[in-house]
Amino acid sequence: MKISSSWLAEWVPSNLSARELGDRLTMAGFELESITPAAPAFEGVIVAEIVAAVRHPQADKLQVCTVITGESPESRSNPLQIVCGAANARAGLRTALATVGANLPGDLKIKAAKLRGVESIGMLCSAKELGLADTSDGIVEFPLDAPLGTSVREFLSLDDEILELSITPNRGDAMSVRGIAREVAALTGVTLTTPDCSAVSPTAIDPALDARAKATLAAPEACPRFHGRVLVEVDNSRRSPTWLVERLRRAGLRSISPIVDITNYVVLELGQPMHAYDLDKVEGSLTVRQASEGERCELLDGRAVELASDVLVIADGAGPVALAGVMGGQRTAVSSDTTRVLFEVAWFAPSAIAGRGRRYGLTTDASQRFERGVDPEIGAAAIERATSLLIQVAGGRAGRVVTVEDRTKVRMPQTVALRIAQIERLLGRSFSEHDAASFLSRLGMSTETAGVGVLKVRAPSSRFDIQIERDLIEEVARLAGYDQLPTAPAHARQSILPHPSAILDEQRVLDVLAARGYHEGIHFAFVDPKLQGVVFPGVPTHTLANPISSDLAVMRLSLWPGLLKAALENQRRQQSRVRLVEHGVVFPVGGSERDCLAGLAMGSRWPEQWNGGGESTDFFDVRADVEAVLSFCDAPGTFTFEAATHSALHPGRSARVLRHGNSAGWIGELHPRLVRELGFVSAPVVFELEMSALAVSYAPYLEVSRFPHVRRDLAVLVDESVSADQLCEQVKTAASSLLREVVVFDVYRGPGIESGRKSVALGLILQNKERTLTDEDTDRVIASVRKALSQGLGAGFRE
Amino acid sequence: MSDLATLTRQALDEVAASTTLAALDEVRVRWLGKKGVLTEQLKSLGSLPAADRPAAGARINEAKAQVQAAIDAAQTTLESAAINAELAAGRIDVTLPGRGEGRGSVHPVTRARLRIEQIFRRSGFEVASGPEIEDDFHNFEALNIPADHPARAMHDTFYFPDGRLLRTHTSPVQIRELKKGRLPLAMIMPGRVFRCDYDMTHSPMFHQVEGLVVDENVSFSNLKATLQGFLEAFFEKDLKMRLRPSYFPFTEPSAEVDMSCVFCDGAGCRVCKHTGWLEIAGCGMVHPNVFAAAGVEGERWTGYAFGMGIERLAMLKYGVNDLRLFFESDLRFLKQFGAA
Repeated sequence: MKISSSWLAEWVPSNLSARELGDRLTMAGFELESITPAAPAFEGVIVAEIVAAVRHPQADKLQVCTVITGESPESRSNPLQIVCGAANARAGLRTALATVGANLPGDLKIKAAKLRGVESIGMLCSAKELGLADTSDGIVEFPLDAPLGTSVREFLSLDDEILELSITPNRGDAMSVRGIAREVAALTGVTLTTPDCSAVSPTAIDPALDARAKATLAAPEACPRFHGRVLVEVDNSRRSPTWLVERLRRAGLRSISPIVDITNYVVLELGQPMHAYDLDKVEGSLTVRQASEGERCELLDGRAVELASDVLVIADGAGPVALAGVMGGQRTAVSSDTTRVLFEVAWFAPSAIAGRGRRYGLTTDASQRFERGVDPEIGAAAIERATSLLIQVAGGRAGRVVTVEDRTKVRMPQTVALRIAQIERLLGRSFSEHDAASFLSRLGMSTETAGVGVLKVRAPSSRFDIQIERDLIEEVARLAGYDQLPTAPAHARQSILPHPSAILDEQRVLDVLAARGYHEGIHFAFVDPKLQGVVFPGVPTHTLANPISSDLAVMRLSLWPGLLKAALENQRRQQSRVRLVEHGVVFPVGGSERDCLAGLAMGSRWPEQWNGGGESTDFFDVRADVEAVLSFCDAPGTFTFEAATHSALHPGRSARVLRHGNSAGWIGELHPRLVRELGFVSAPVVFELEMSALAVSYAPYLEVSRFPHVRRDLAVLVDESVSADQLCEQVKTAASSLLREVVVFDVYRGPGIESGRKSVALGLILQNKERTLTDEDTDRVIASVRKALSQGLGAGFRE
Repeated sequence: MSDLATLTRQALDEVAASTTLAALDEVRVRWLGKKGVLTEQLKSLGSLPAADRPAAGARINEAKAQVQAAIDAAQTTLESAAINAELAAGRIDVTLPGRGEGRGSVHPVTRARLRIEQIFRRSGFEVASGPEIEDDFHNFEALNIPADHPARAMHDTFYFPDGRLLRTHTSPVQIRELKKGRLPLAMIMPGRVFRCDYDMTHSPMFHQVEGLVVDENVSFSNLKATLQGFLEAFFEKDLKMRLRPSYFPFTEPSAEVDMSCVFCDGAGCRVCKHTGWLEIAGCGMVHPNVFAAAGVEGERWTGYAFGMGIERLAMLKYGVNDLRLFFESDLRFLKQFGAA
């Protein structure tokens, strides 16, 4: 909320600077977001009057103005000649003159000049040129009694500062000059000065008119109090006076017309939103009621909205004329022709307004205040204030204030008990009952002792946030200052927490992959449905109802879409070698979220270097990376890689990762179709592991044999279809317990091997725990292995 | 025997003429070996009269020793020349980079998160997590944010057609943990959160860490100590901290936490917008309605909670100035970070 320090000073005169005031308010919970001057620096601009304006002889759009800067005969007889391009430059207009030597915002220095051959001694200024508006058409128009020759800065009181404060949603009461002034008074001890809101005696005595100000409250829970008043003979075609325009401008509002400006002024000043109807456009009198389902209302902003039955409306004989507490309607809006005005000052229950505006994309000054809570007792003063200001600004005569209310339904201030001991328990510092009561009374709360160490506290009607003891403790802390509360480490209960060894330490996994060249990426959990559809065709997804954009609309089924997109973007950024890893959850439909670790590698095997490594990354490079991760979890061999097909992967180069036969993830080269479709220069190899499958378990320790081992190598000729795993399994089954390890140390195809076959070189390491192996032991094992391989897998042997 | 001196000189000349270790060994064998010329001279002593033998023997041994010494010296010289030659031939350019894989990296947000977890773990906090797709109850209702509460407007929420949503903060994990009823507790809950907002300074997905401590007499003062301690540990410097009253529906009293700017130490700079302060966290005492929603007996227990943006902490710690860089996986960005 924007509030100018001059307006605030009218309520609480203090000798604090705007900055000091802002700091005090910040530390009381009203964060100062900025301080801006009411106008940028300029000097040498004074109030002047155009006494004559004639067309420039050389230019259609320019006028040559005769301008005076004082009332005295001497001033009148020494006018200045100024060329001006504004259409509204006319004789009799009082406006802003930048005299020769003046400095305007934007580092503009005014000099005497010739414009199309005509001398111009100064410049007539628009509000924009003075930095008082973002746009303006024409030069400034001052009232006819603006004192000639006076500095415009002084005339407009521009040496003022605007504080922009952030008001938290619980403090609707502070969304006004009155509300902030109350806080400042409580913080500084300065007494509050309230403006004159005394009753304006009716001068338009007409019961028929007053009858039209009487509303019918058909939804008394939502609107139990309504003040109406008719004013007649109002001249809404007038310009609002400078002081009013400036006050509004400094609060961030534009002047529209006297009636609208006054209603805005009152909401800014007192925090009571109000509405003004053109009485001549209202059919009969007003009713506050719930909308009927599907009913329509055309709003002031020109939009027609369809209403639901939980929306409160103000209606006349012909239907809704306003969304209660949110925005008025077009049909009964005031215009410059309006002469008869109906003021509405109502109290709406927060629950009746909350969220309704947002449903139609509307957040208005009124809705923000009503949904947070408007002081139910301020309405009577607000309507008087508005009446007297409107008469002052636009003339007119007022009728009676007609109040309709159901007092039982108007919110009553809460009485809350405060146990003094609870303050210390919660804040860590004790406060005496006296001090607590004193802080609370500075905030306008009444306190009385109710038993030992208990205060009964009644909050002012404006405060909707005081409901429980906690709220009072916060107020005590706030007034004392949070910086006055001690900083005290808790004396923690010593309790040893469990430390399960089965949990795989994420940091170790990421570090080992980082050591293997992977960079961790973090991608959005929502992905492009098109990309995901290519990777997982036909798989259902969680789809967002309100995505930020259509390419971030579905929840990821896997980390692969994010990694593939990132790899493509890096390829586009000329990064041909990519190693990425991501750790995050994925969202299968019909199951719980799954925590996954996935990676992608493409480009050369090694970073470019002087000693080789330029071959393309393949399945086995990435398999080694995956195995490095799996090595944290268990003994080698508990994880297996089984050829399997996946919609996203090359059918001959993909495997399911299994742990004890249960799926733990996937690894494979991206399907060539996807490589082409997505535009990869080289085929990425990807993997994804489920963290839940990676629980750490420790293999039992095996005693190391003291006896030497023997190695025998076999060159086994088998069909291409026989896998390395099959060979090794067969070896393990056939060899006795003497086999320690079997390694594949070469795979050969080519000359000497018939096509469709391959030669796999196996190294068998044999060892006995009890004694040194004899040649006979070894030969026996090798013989049975050879027999098993030839019988089981049709293997031949190269000698 | 008159030619012993001649023989010695001849042997020494041959030693001097040897340019390789092999040639030198041949010279040694020829003169000093079992059948070497000087060795043979000793054998001829027998033909001398007994009285002359000692003196003659001594002369021959002296000659042998003289030749042996020359050979030893030559050997040393030739050996060192050989090693020098080998070293010269074996010289490599040690400034060439190491062979094999280069350095990867752990994401700065993860690094910051792991660092946060370590700091709190060492202080006795547990680390918990919860689902990212949440229901209205855990994300809002139980946190004292009923439907149509103005605070909901501050959470631009992503919804699914069935009414579920992407959690807008990590606070729902508080409810899930409190409902387990294991009190007292001290835990942090880091995780991804989502808001429907995307511009220079907002990402639709970011990370928060939530802290929650519940015990029988936990106070605001303890909260202040925890936050101050954490911030100083995380940034590894002495910091000033101030708490400003604020509003969160799930805490009361509530506060925003400012710390003195880590770049200018509070003097005022571009990063802190010349205020000397950086807003770093929100916190407060757990609201009784939250305890009630989670089935915790509010009169018996008190608790504090705090929440911080991990990206914000990472940006300040590692000097990253654009939030969006975190989620683009630009290798040129990621490569600047190392392991965790």
